[in-house]
Amino acid sequence: MELFLQQFINGVTLGSIYGLIAIGYTMVFGIIGMVNFSHGDVFMVSSFIALIFFLVLTTWLGVASVALALLIVMVISMVLTGLMSWTIERVAYRPLRGSFRLAPLISAIGMSIVLSNFIQVAQGPRNKPVPPMVTESIALWERNGFTVSVSYKQLIIIAVTAVLLACFWFLVQKTSLGRAQRACEQDRKMAALLGINVDRTISLTFVMGAALAAVAGTLFLMYYGVVNFSDGFVPGVKAFTAAVLGGIGSLPGAVLGGLLIGLIETFWSGYFSIDYKDVAAFSILAIVLIFMPQGILGRPEVEKV
Amino acid sequence: MSTSAPARPFEPDFAAAAKDAVLSGVIALGIFGPLVGLRTTQNMSNQLIVESHWGLVAIIVGIVAVGRFVLRAFVFPRMAMWKAQPKVESTAEPSFLRRNIKTIGLVFLLFYPVIIVSMLGYQQSIKWVDNFGIQILIYVMLGWGLNIVVGLAGLLDLGYVAFYAVGAYSYALLATHFGLSFWILLPLAGILAAMWGIILGFPVLRLRGDYLAIVTLAFGEIIRLVLINWRELTNGSAGISSIPKVDLFGWITFNVADPNYVGKVFGLANSSAYYKIFLYYLILALALLTAFVTIRLRRMPIGRAWEALREDEVACRSLGINTTNTKLTAFAIGAMFGGFAGSFFAARQGFVSPESFVFLESAVIVAIVVLGGMGSMIGVAIAAVAMIGGTEILRELSFLKVVFGSDFNPDLFRMLIFGLAMVTIMVWKPRGFVGQREPTAFLTERKAVSGSLVQEGHG
Repeated sequence: MELFLQQFINGVTLGSIYGLIAIGYTMVFGIIGMVNFSHGDVFMVSSFIALIFFLVLTTWLGVASVALALLIVMVISMVLTGLMSWTIERVAYRPLRGSFRLAPLISAIGMSIVLSNFIQVAQGPRNKPVPPMVTESIALWERNGFTVSVSYKQLIIIAVTAVLLACFWFLVQKTSLGRAQRACEQDRKMAALLGINVDRTISLTFVMGAALAAVAGTLFLMYYGVVNFSDGFVPGVKAFTAAVLGGIGSLPGAVLGGLLIGLIETFWSGYFSIDYKDVAAFSILAIVLIFMPQGILGRPEVEKV
Repeated sequence: MSTSAPARPFEPDFAAAAKDAVLSGVIALGIFGPLVGLRTTQNMSNQLIVESHWGLVAIIVGIVAVGRFVLRAFVFPRMAMWKAQPKVESTAEPSFLRRNIKTIGLVFLLFYPVIIVSMLGYQQSIKWVDNFGIQILIYVMLGWGLNIVVGLAGLLDLGYVAFYAVGAYSYALLATHFGLSFWILLPLAGILAAMWGIILGFPVLRLRGDYLAIVTLAFGEIIRLVLINWRELTNGSAGISSIPKVDLFGWITFNVADPNYVGKVFGLANSSAYYKIFLYYLILALALLTAFVTIRLRRMPIGRAWEALREDEVACRSLGINTTNTKLTAFAIGAMFGGFAGSFFAARQGFVSPESFVFLESAVIVAIVVLGGMGSMIGVAIAAVAMIGGTEILRELSFLKVVFGSDFNPDLFRMLIFGLAMVTIMVWKPRGFVGQREPTAFLTERKAVSGSLVQEGHG
């Protein structure tokens, strides 16, 4: 029971990070039907941006409050990652819109290679450890020498995710930008005829996805305290799995899928073997796609001649 | 940043170009400023510190801004003008080189080691035969194998490297444990890989489009992770080493200690170059076998069914083609060639580890197929030469150290440039290098059609 509770808390934390990344996949897929392969690497780069600015703030500028530093770092990372994602969309994906289906996919794979190798060249191939930022934790329950605890880090991650998702939900459901986005998702041509700037809406979708990935990147850095140039691929694939599991194109689905993947992963490592936890994630991806391609909350795809 | 063409295409719009240049300079500063300008390194006490490199950032921002200015002021108007001109269909007979490119290429490939050895001698030739010849030909073969699945049947497979791994591990395990010969294990590895192709292909047949791509990616990763974690069988990340070399049907071997070592048989001095040259011809033969089988299969009902499937799956089904079998054969035959290439790879390296079968390899092979123009065999070969040969050449650029200082390592930039090339080629030519396809079925005359008329498949 204690192990279950502890793994549940860990799983929800991990799942929040996956959910934040998954939203980027699901939104882009919903609006232009493309698997944005470089999104995992965008997440990794955002983590590096957070690392750099955290070091600048604490060592150069002498900001003593970790909370303040984290907040500033998160905002900077969101802005810069959004800018980067906007540029990537402009340079590598927009010229290929309306081209044949494989072209943007290959371009995105190329972009993913570029991003991870760019970071390797610019920042070096070694792991980048940061001193632990938040160390306190609360013991919830103790029995037979096993303590179920939730650390402040985990609380921060869950709280930040919840607040951001609320803001994001408001943005998509209640603002004109969100309306434009949903319109483009349903029918791009019709939306354009009704005076929506489709290119701009798509760009903003990329920026929003990247900003959420940047939050995930900052939280990832805070949680694990280490980042490496190759850290984009596996979280990226898992977040994509989350998006698919929840039903691609559906925003609540992405979050639900993220939480499920996080829980499955932590329970698998808790009860079975930690070696095979990635195999479990990938197997779930395959099984879900084969037996339930529309996901939990997605709409079934209708095949037309 | 509007891309509308200026009213007078001859006069560059300097004001707009300057505005664009400033804007892209600011964006470049935002992106490269922190990531290049502030480098995180560890100091003596192993703490992360930040050191600044603002000079480098200034150079990058300058290049971006000037590049954007030139593009906006000169290149884009030219391109718009060029596009506006009516296209002239060239009626002239294609040049001699163009008509005979296959023959010329083949003859060149056959004599390539001879040319290299006569130019550089045995010892110096190793690098060129091994790093360039063999390496490129492996990718040509993998590209042609995957071309059956992606280019002909239109099924996007992002986990092709799994079959390559199955082939490599089949040879490595069976040869080290049972001492079987390469010539028995080569077909066996192909059969095993084909079986895995069917096993993995069967459940994914219902999927279409990107979903198929993602599931194949997942399978590729699962196989790699199993190879890492099943330590009793595969020795985990440490891999399997001292895999036996290939011999020429037991008549001639390439181990110096053997009585029928090639040097002793022909009375030559000991050199490892003979083995490399032998391997070169072996992989050339295997690649040509792949090409030959593909060309023959395209004319058979099964090959036509693949291409029909790529063009329109629904129409295919209504014409009575068994799409399940058609897709499975494409998967199995593509996987079989991947298995052949894998067992060759294991024999060539003498060492296999899961490191060699990461997703990046699958991505590279898919990129070669798509960049070459899907379905075009010659295009795939050109793309393999350009992408693999190009990145191998980057290893040789040590003279750049004179320009950029002695701590400049061109090796680091290999994959960065590879990725940039992938994006650039896709943006420039979304249909790949070779824009023409030769049909296998035609009414009265064989006429090459534009690649953009060919569908890309749904699966």
